[in-house]
Amino acid sequence: MATLQEIALKTAGVEARIVSGHRMCAGCGIGTIIKTVFAASDRPVIVLNATGCLEVTTAVYPYTAWNTPWMHLTFENAAAVAAGVESAYKALKRRGRMSEEVNILAVGGDGGTYDIGFQALSGALERRHKFMYLVYDNEGYMNTGNQRSGATPFGASTTTVPAGTVSIGKPQWRKNLVEIAAAHRIPYVGQSVAHNTLDIYKKAQKGFNADGPAVLAVLQPCTTNWSYEAALTMKYSRLAVETNFWPVYEVENGFVHINVKPADRKPIEEFLKGQTRFKHLFRPGNEHVIVEMQKLIDEEWARLVKLEESGVQL
Amino acid sequence: MGVKKAITGAQAAAEAMRQINPDVVVAYPITPQTPIVEHFATYVANGIVDTEMVPVESEHSAMSAAVGAEAAGARAMSATSSQGLALMWEIVAATPGLRLPIVMPLVNRTISAPLNIHGDHSDVMGVTTLGWIQIFSENAQEVYENLLLAIRVAEDERIQLPAMVNQDGFITSHAIEPVEIYDDDKVRAFVGTRSMERGLLNVAHPRTIGAMALPDYLLEVKRAQEEAMSRVFEVYHSVAKELSAITGHEHPLFEAYRLDDAEAAVVVLNSAAGTAKVAVDAMRDRGMRVGLLKPILFRPFPYAEIRDALKNVSAIGVLDRSMDFGAYAPVYSELRNSLFELDKRPKLQSYVFGLGGRDILRGDIEVVFDELLSGSLDPERQRYIGLRG
Repeated sequence: MATLQEIALKTAGVEARIVSGHRMCAGCGIGTIIKTVFAASDRPVIVLNATGCLEVTTAVYPYTAWNTPWMHLTFENAAAVAAGVESAYKALKRRGRMSEEVNILAVGGDGGTYDIGFQALSGALERRHKFMYLVYDNEGYMNTGNQRSGATPFGASTTTVPAGTVSIGKPQWRKNLVEIAAAHRIPYVGQSVAHNTLDIYKKAQKGFNADGPAVLAVLQPCTTNWSYEAALTMKYSRLAVETNFWPVYEVENGFVHINVKPADRKPIEEFLKGQTRFKHLFRPGNEHVIVEMQKLIDEEWARLVKLEESGVQL
Repeated sequence: MGVKKAITGAQAAAEAMRQINPDVVVAYPITPQTPIVEHFATYVANGIVDTEMVPVESEHSAMSAAVGAEAAGARAMSATSSQGLALMWEIVAATPGLRLPIVMPLVNRTISAPLNIHGDHSDVMGVTTLGWIQIFSENAQEVYENLLLAIRVAEDERIQLPAMVNQDGFITSHAIEPVEIYDDDKVRAFVGTRSMERGLLNVAHPRTIGAMALPDYLLEVKRAQEEAMSRVFEVYHSVAKELSAITGHEHPLFEAYRLDDAEAAVVVLNSAAGTAKVAVDAMRDRGMRVGLLKPILFRPFPYAEIRDALKNVSAIGVLDRSMDFGAYAPVYSELRNSLFELDKRPKLQSYVFGLGGRDILRGDIEVVFDELLSGSLDPERQRYIGLRG
């Protein structure tokens, strides 16, 4: 297993596949996530990027931060574009026109994955193209200013479902993308978090080495639209795990394994505090929302633990 | 010498694709395009081609994956019709901006609503502003030959733009005709292999494809795209000359049929041009000086050449198989634009026909010629062939 230092060394210098000069927000965790994923590949990586934060901040003509083959087409089709690249790769190899081994990585935010890119992702997983799909999940359309997505958590205020006198913010729980992906019977699905570099690295390695498609979902706290101080991204990432809000686990060949089990689960308020999108939950009259959120989190966690203990293949 | 086969227009497209043997074919079935994909799938299943075939879950993903494969450095093809084209519109629009020379057979079918699976041009006329080379085919033979031509024009270094090769749904796609299929080796030598030098899979030279271009650069990108489009004519002519060495006949920008001394002419795309030729012959036999102009290359549109071909005709009827509601019909509009520069302009009449696959018969076109020769025309008011009161 690589150490943090070894991973860090792989992400820097002339070999870096994404370089400085990009326009991500100060405090954004996407750069850390993508660099760690790159570090896990010994082969060249071809990146197919959905429209979103990562795309708009890294390739504004005539500049590019990418020192690896990279393409952006549109919003909802990174998985389909990756399927095309993988098919070309197979065809050109079969025809003896190329010999290099490469890894193919599709990347999107949660909007481009849970919502508008969902069909293309499902199709590509079902056809078993050999590629990894990475979603950096900041729980909404953060590139365009905090609109609601299928990944937005219960109780969060967004610009399209704002909290108000008769609104608690989003009234629904988010989709479980990991289990949906696993339902395609693909070899590897992982869920990770921005601050846990070793976990992202291990999961990216497993994803790249999988015999078929892999999905890696990484929580990416958004300083801009969760609205907290830029220095606190990794703190919120850690709290998401410590409160069981965002379990760190994987589904390998259908078997659930929880990678991080907080010894003493913190109350969800600790994660909610200080984020503007949850500010309204601390107003008098909204106590029941936090109670319900805590209940949902605890039930989901208990279900996940049961899944792991059962040894049943998903 | 080729081999004569009794095949449909859809099979003719599949035959061209068999000979092209693309690296990747991505498609989703839709009537009346489906038999193209089905025929090609049997070639894959029987090892007649070694294409990587990807049967995707929608047309949006079909064009997205075709773009991915083409950007990777492969030669990729797809095929669609109507609603499928509408669903992939977003990516159809993006493809020329990325300068990816994908060639796609389009089997023309009515756009809903009402739902109708038969042939008209309301699908393609919704995408002619997007920057694809558009080629139209009268019959299965032309479908086959135009696809071969399109590959070379699209992929030419001076062009690098995608191309659609149109044929009429059912009328052409499902009707069996004799088609001469040329020698595999000759055709394969003609179509060659696409260079993967600029592709994503050329990992030694990483490229950024699809960067965002803001107001400071976008105009220059679009101007470069337009310049490439304007070079299509010369490339088309030179590729056509090479193709003629195989086919034994010319591949012009448009077909001028008995136009030389014509007083009246009709202009019509695709299969109805075949019907129009029969009408022209019949009326010529009766001593009337009539002719036909059948556009083949519709984007870029050869305004000057068409103007020159029609400059001595006194009355022209333009037959459109689609409408542009509240505006001149698409082909009529192009003809008006084309002829505006003439000192002595001919009289024009717009006709709409064949929507939703309604038949057009020789007699209908003879009526058009009678009207053109009688001079009772109204260029501001489109007429409808076969409209019931």
